[in-house]
Formats: sequence, C-alpha cells, structure tokens
Amino acid sequence: MARAQSPRRTLIFTLVGWTVGILMFFPIFWTTVAAFKTESDAYSLPQNFLTTPWTLENFAIVQERSDYVRYVINTTLLVTLSTALALVLAIPAAWSLAFAPRAESSSRLSGWAWIAIMLAAAGVSFVTLYVNDWKVDNFVLGVVLLLLVVAPATLWVWTRNTSGTLLWILSTKMMPPAGALIPIYLIFNRNGLVFRDWGWINLSDFNLMDSLWGMVPLVTLLNLPIFIWMLFTYFKEIPVAILEASRMDGASLWNEITRVLMPMALPGIASTCLLNIILAWNEAFWSLNLTNKYAAPLSFFISEYSSPEGQFWAKLSAASIMAIAPILIIGWFSQRQLVRGLTFGAVK
Amino acid sequence: MATGQAQKLAKWALMPSVAALSAWAFIPLALTFYFAFLRYNLQDPDNTGWAGFSNFYYFFKDPFFIKDLINTVLLVAGVIMATVVGGVLLALLLDQRFWGRGIVRLLVISPFFIMPTVSSLVWKNLILHPVFGLTAEIQRWFGFAQPFDWFGKLPLFSVGLIVAWQWLPYAALILLTALQSLDEEQKDAAAMDGANRFNYFRYIVLPHLSRPITVVILIETIFILNTFAEIKVTSVGGFAGNLTYLVFSQLNDANDVGMAAAGGLIAVVLANMVSALLVRLVGKNLET
Amino acid sequence: MKFTRFIVGALAASLATSVYAETTLNIATVNNGDMIRMQKLTDDFTAANPDIKLNWVTLEENDLRQKVTKDISTKGGQFDVLTIGMYETPIWGAKGWLVELNGLDDPADILPAVSGGLSANGKLYAAPFYGESSFVMYRKDLMEKAGLTMPDAPTWDFILDAATKMTDRANGVNGICLRGKAGWGENMAFIGSMANSFGARWFDENWKPQFDTAEWKDTLNTYLTIMKNAGPEGASGNGFSENLALFQTGKCGMWADATAAASFVIDPKASQVADQVGFTLAPDKGLGKRANWLWAWALAIPAGSQKVDAAQKFIGWATSKHYAELVASKEGWANVPPGTRTSLYANPEYQKVPFAKMTLDSMNAADPTQPTVQPVPYTGVQFVAIPEFQGIGTKVGELFSAALAGQMTADDALAQAQQYTTDIMTKAGYIK
Repeated sequence: MARAQSPRRTLIFTLVGWTVGILMFFPIFWTTVAAFKTESDAYSLPQNFLTTPWTLENFAIVQERSDYVRYVINTTLLVTLSTALALVLAIPAAWSLAFAPRAESSSRLSGWAWIAIMLAAAGVSFVTLYVNDWKVDNFVLGVVLLLLVVAPATLWVWTRNTSGTLLWILSTKMMPPAGALIPIYLIFNRNGLVFRDWGWINLSDFNLMDSLWGMVPLVTLLNLPIFIWMLFTYFKEIPVAILEASRMDGASLWNEITRVLMPMALPGIASTCLLNIILAWNEAFWSLNLTNKYAAPLSFFISEYSSPEGQFWAKLSAASIMAIAPILIIGWFSQRQLVRGLTFGAVK
Repeated sequence: MATGQAQKLAKWALMPSVAALSAWAFIPLALTFYFAFLRYNLQDPDNTGWAGFSNFYYFFKDPFFIKDLINTVLLVAGVIMATVVGGVLLALLLDQRFWGRGIVRLLVISPFFIMPTVSSLVWKNLILHPVFGLTAEIQRWFGFAQPFDWFGKLPLFSVGLIVAWQWLPYAALILLTALQSLDEEQKDAAAMDGANRFNYFRYIVLPHLSRPITVVILIETIFILNTFAEIKVTSVGGFAGNLTYLVFSQLNDANDVGMAAAGGLIAVVLANMVSALLVRLVGKNLET
Repeated sequence: MKFTRFIVGALAASLATSVYAETTLNIATVNNGDMIRMQKLTDDFTAANPDIKLNWVTLEENDLRQKVTKDISTKGGQFDVLTIGMYETPIWGAKGWLVELNGLDDPADILPAVSGGLSANGKLYAAPFYGESSFVMYRKDLMEKAGLTMPDAPTWDFILDAATKMTDRANGVNGICLRGKAGWGENMAFIGSMANSFGARWFDENWKPQFDTAEWKDTLNTYLTIMKNAGPEGASGNGFSENLALFQTGKCGMWADATAAASFVIDPKASQVADQVGFTLAPDKGLGKRANWLWAWALAIPAGSQKVDAAQKFIGWATSKHYAELVASKEGWANVPPGTRTSLYANPEYQKVPFAKMTLDSMNAADPTQPTVQPVPYTGVQFVAIPEFQGIGTKVGELFSAALAGQMTADDALAQAQQYTTDIMTKAGYIK
C-alpha cells in the first residue's frame, strides 16, 4: 500500500476489527467453553466461567453414546467420493461450456416447439395414468412414462445455447428438496419404485437406503451445479489462444487438456473441490432423511443431541465441536484459495 | 474452438452432466407431479386414486400457507439485505491495515464452515435461550427480571439472525477480495483529487462492487430459499415456517404425500419465479 | 499361489460364518434414558443368545416416528424391531403391518390399560417397554414458602392459585412449567389431556371437530393465563426435555408432565432440587376426569421381517420381569422401566420408590376408551387413534404454540384449528 497510515488510525481499526472478529467468532468460542464444563455448570455460565473446573468427560460420554469415529469415517468417505465423482462429471462439462460456447441453440426446433413437445409428452403420460387408474404396476410402463417426461427435457437443455444451459444448471440447485423427498425416498427404498419384485426380475433384495451407493451420487448431484459453475469461471479466464497455440504445435486434444489446460486451471480446481468438500460435509437434509447408521454422516450424529432428556448443553457442545472441528480447520488453512473461488469470476 | 472434431466432442462432453442433472431434476419432479393428483396417505397407502385438485385446494387453505409464503420471501430478502450491507461494511473494515488482520479474517470467516444444524442448536440454546442463554444473562445483569424470548416474540428475525450469521462471512470476504482488486492508482488518484470519502465510496467503490454483489445475491438466494435446518431445529415451524418447512411438515407430520407433493409443486413454481427474476438480474450484470 | 490360497481361505472362512449364521437385528429406538440404559445392558441378552447381534438405531422421538412410519408403510424393511407408541400400534396392528407377539414373559401381568392400548382385534401387537401417565411434580420447599399444602388430588383452581403464589421472577422461580413446544406428542399431549378434564373433546360422535365449543375456549384461555402469570419465559419452545432442565435447575415451582420424569428429578446427580420434590395427581375440575394422559413406548415387529424369531426373543427379554430385576440390581429400583407390569407395583422393594404409587394411581385414572366427560367416537386419551390425527394434532399444536408466544389470539387459534380440522376430516371422508 502506498499511503502511510497514522498510528492512531491503525489503533482504532485494530480495536474495531478485533471487536467485530471476536463477536463473529463468539458463538463458536462459547460452545467450546461449554463443551469443557460439566452439565450443570454449562447451564450456569457465564458467572462461573472461571471458577468451575474444566473437564473432558463430555467427549468421553459422546463417544460412548454414539460411535463418533464411525460417523467421521462415513463423512470422510462421502465427502471424498462425491468430490471425486463431481470432478469426473464437471471437468468435461465446464471445458465444453467454456471453450466451445454456443451463441445459438444447436437444435433446429425453437424453444416453443420444445415446450410443445414436452407438454404433449406430459399429456400422453397423464392420459395413460388416468386409463390405468393411477397405478403403475408394470416396469416397462414406468420406464416409458418416465422417459416420455424426462427425455425431451434433457434434449432441450442439452441443445440450448451456453448461457441458457448454464442458468438451467444453476436453477436445478433451487429445487425445493422437500418436494423431491418422497420420490427419492421411494426410489432408494427396498420394495419402492425401483427395487421390487417385478415378476420377471426380482430386485427386492437391493436398496440404496442408508448406503453410500445412494448417498454419494446424491450429494454429488446436489453440488454439481455449483461445481460446474465455478470450474466454468476458472476455465473462462484461461486465454483460448494458449490452447490454440498448443494445437498448432500438433498437440492432441487429450494432451491439450491434460498438459496445458489442467496445470493452468489447477488452483481453480483445488478451490472448487474445497467448496464442494465444505458443502458435502455440512449437508443435512438428505442425510437426515435417508440414512440411519451405515452411511450416516456427522450431520446425523449431531441430530442425536438436539433434544435428549434434561440438561444436555455440555454434551451438545462437545458433540458440536467434534462435528465441526475437522472442517473448520480445513477451512482455515484453505480460506484464501476458497474465497477466490467463491467470487465466481466476478472479481478479476 | 476451431476444429469440428473438438466441437463435436465438446457437445458430448456436456452430456453426462446434463443427463445426470436432468435425471435428478426431472424424475422427482415428474413423480411429484403424479403424486400431487393422487390420494396418498402413508398411513393408508392402499387407498389411492385420482384426487383431482383437492390436494392443491387444501394446501392453499392451510392456515399457515400465506404466512409461510411471505416468510419465505422475507427471509431471503432480509438475510440478503443484512449480509450485503454488513458485508460491505466488514469488507471496508478488513481492507484497512491493522494489527492481527489475518487472524481477524480467520475469525470472521469461521461461521461459514459451521453445519447449519450445529449453528442453530448453539444459537437456540447457548446464546438466545430465554432462561439460561447468554443474552438472558446479560439482560438480567442489566436488571430485566424477564429476559426477552427471542424465538417466541421474534421468531422470523431470530431465524434470520442465525442464517445471516452463517452467510455474512461469505458476503464480506467476496466483497473484500473485490475491494482489494481496486487499483491502487485509482485510490491514490481519488485521494489526490481530494474526493471526499463518501463520494469516493459512492462513485468508485460501489460501482466496482456491483458485480460481486450480484454474485452474493445469486448464491445466497439459491441456498436461503430452501432454509430448513434452522427452522426445524429451533422449532418455530408453527409461526415462522417457510414453504420448504410447510411441505416437510405435510409429509412428515401429516404423512400426506399427495398434499406434500402439491406443496412441492407450488414451491417449484416459486423457485422458478425467483430464478427467472435472478436471470434478468444476473444476465445484465454477469455477462461473461 | 499364495494369493489363491488366501482367496480359498477367505472363502472358506466366509462360508463358515454363514453356517453359524448370526442374525443381526436392526432395532429402531428412541433416545431417552430408559432405552439408552437398555443398550448398555444387552450383554445379558447376547450372552444367552450368541447367534443374535443387536444393531441399534437411536433417534430423536419425532425423527424416529417419521422414519418408522415411512419405512413400514413402504415396506422398506430397514428395521426388525420398532419402538412405537400407543397411537401407532392399534392402527398398524389392524392393518396387518405388525406381527402378533407370542414370546412374552407372562403377558397377563401387563397392566390392563396398557395392553388394551397396544392391541387390535384382541391381539397384542407391541410389548410395553415402559408406560407413563402424567402427574404434577412440585417443590415442597416453595409450596411451604407460599403457605400452601398440596392435596393428594388437587383441583385446577388450587393449581392456578398456587402457581401464582409460588412465582418469584426476581429470583428466577416460575410457579408452573408446562409444555408449549408444538407437536401432537408435545404440547398437545398436555393440552389434550387438560381439555379432557375441562370436559372438552376432539370430535363429537359424528366426527365434527369441537374447537368452537366453550369447553375448548375455557381450556385454552386457562392455559394461556396460567402461563402468562406463572410460566417461564420462552415457554412456547419448551417440550419435555426443556422443562426437565428447568425443573432440575430449580426454575419451576410445579411441573405437570410425564410420570417417567420422576426418576430424573429425584436423581441427585442431575437434579439440584432432588430432595425437595413431591408428587401428586393431575388436577381436575370436578367433572370426573383428571388431566392425565396414558402412553407407552413399546416394541413391535414389522410384518415381512425375515428375523421374526430372533425379534420375538429379544422383545421377550427386554420386556421381561428378569430385565426389571437386572436394572434394579445394577442401577437401583427407581430406574426400572415403570408402568408396565402389575407385579412390579406389588413388589415391596419397588413400593419404597417415592413416585411408585402415584404413577400407578395416575395410570389407572386414565381411560382410553372413555377419555372425556362426553361420549366420543375414538379411543386414546391425549390423542385420537386415527391416521389423520398426527397431522391434525401437529397443526393444532402449532396454532396453540403460536397463541402462547403471543403471535395470535386464543380465539384466532381456536377458529383456525376448527377450520383446519374440518378441512382435513372432510378431505379424509369422515365428514360427508
């Protein structure tokens, strides 16, 4: 910085800055304090903040009551696997959107025509359902009906122009999860919509409920829109000329991507992964509804302490600290990377 | 991109993500649509059939529907307003030089990493509890015998407070990054011209921040529109619920899949309206 | 070669284990003290049944109810043993969703009110793990200070008067703590049974909701008045757990709640007022009904489970007299799961427990088939055993909770409750 600052000014800003920082952090600090107090002392904070003894017993109780280590393992698996899967899906997509942008829709049909097709498909399925007395007992019928609704919409999105596709991708993130809960629940469930005895094939021994096989794709899809957007903004900053130059030199497309694009985009990919890790770590709605034990992550673990009997603040605080500490530390170490990514390319 | 082959490849490279996302978006949507016209109570699953529009009719008649709809919008708007204004102020503060600025930065960003369930539980119990909470203790210290009941008297505000606490760091740090990218020379030039602080802020800083503010609004809308954990954990669903909570309660308390699906569709319509609004806003300001 | 041998060995080992097939029981249970205690004592069961492995899924009450309901109604089969209550059991039993229990220890010994509430068509579908009614817990020292003596069977007038007199807000003492958190199993359990003592009912014989009656108005106004004058701040967020914490820390003069709370408030390790607690029956209004409910957490087996035999064995153990003795030997008689067996209350050791008699009297005073003064078409004391009740009870609870928080008036809350309940009952086809 060019200008010098008067010491008085620095002092004032130091005071104000620290006050604000401490205020923002205070709830976390306070939880930490309560976690190291006994149950009844936690209820009479702050008067006895210094006078009462500190204890580790809450952490032991929490570990004994609900096996913390298992939740950490589940969370770690869920977070890593879903981030890896998101990478595999998002890098090609973001590459495509950034380096092969489309100003116009690539399909010959207009938007209205697509809407007409989709409405017609919906109408056909509606009539079919009506004729069948609103029951779908046949596997083939179910698949046909779903394809009838889903396929035109997919094709339409796929052929839209780049900004249309991008905005659609982001809009999937706005879907209210509560509306999708029962369908997803029934898809995951044994004897639900998919995994049941269909006569010619019996799928009722399988299910995705309370399993990482279901949770990993689900969490991936939850965060995929943000993932693609962030990667897109990073890729966008890389001058196309460099890629073209490498192609002039005879590099194959594979080499162009792995040798030129990837190294340049690595910081961006890293910060995208970081954000994904944080979002996946803190995801609660779906894990609370679709897991019980075998795939239950830390957000499930903490819900066990939301309202047990009587005084529970110390145990709640200990469990909270255990659930947030790992991600908080990761966040602290990576915050500069992360913040740059979060700007979504709005800051050059 | 020049070559036709690469162009073609690029088109297909987009396919897996689009297919996955549209399966994720449209399959539940299609099923929700189906359920919305179905008589379907989980406690009585064999008794199904065509329900016509009765699910919608009774969802609209729910005593909380209008209020929850308004709450949804108020919560999003209020939190965004609070975090943008607070974020600008915080960013201006953190842009100054002072001792321990790096540590203060860490303290400020911390809430962003906290699970919503954890932060709601902590705020509800340790901080805002009207008997044992810290604020109650402070009020008693000032001589109020009956401390303020945050979640009873100002439920929506209290939920908003928790949500804003989690999102303020995000806004502040994005805006700070933007501020720091302001040209030093521009700053110096403004100082030379003797531009007063307000004008400098009004004509140089704010326009520079408009793009990052758009991003903040966009991202926060996406996440806050479906606020759930904060409302469920603080159990204010009855007087400060939002649409997401109403749908959830219809499903999990009343077990009425049909009505929950009807509510879900209404929420989808609302989300689409908001996203259409955002597209206009973003389209202008985020042209890439 | 080595690798092949390893594979063969591993295969053989896995075959061997499947010969001595362990049955793993997935047990969904609620996270309250008695259930957690059982999880610690299961060595006793697994020692006798080495082929059965127990896998606990512990959930908060509301989450448990939602998960179990979704699972059983979609035949998801995630659980082999369910923890359910008196509300679900008759409904699900009648639908054929539960397996009839036949491995129980002396079923005739179960309290008749409890086994009646857990049966459908005369068959027992869930075994009670513990039963509860509600009564009034009070602080003897504060009662004395207010110059009053608690009668054995108080009236509402006495409770109102005592609550006001005991209140000393400057010292953080509230005359009475009552549930205010919304939910059919939270505030409506209390307000519903209070309404019974006021002569109010949920529905008349034609399933017409009754919130527009004078009895309901009287109930709600009395509840709101007493909470305003003598209740703790933030009462609209207080459920069982929050009130327990308030009472244990000496913030309440009286607390009307579940009899199961008794062992927690007299536990000196958790309660600062342990030696000052008295118990008395829930109040009445001279109409012949007291404001107490009847509930039991019970264990059941979903139909279609592959492990019915093992589940029967486990439920038999968990609800046996032997288990009661096991708890008594490890943790004392006060911690034995209460309210399920006649023999427990005949046991002279258990009679020494201060709340034993009062619990039994309270449970006997509740009659699920005749819950209130006027005739009703439903069974259940603080609930109505129809599938639609869960939604109705929760919504009405939310309205009353909002009235308690001052977000709406009592009249508004009642009018909206009436409207909503009428809508839902019309939609479900009860009202033609």
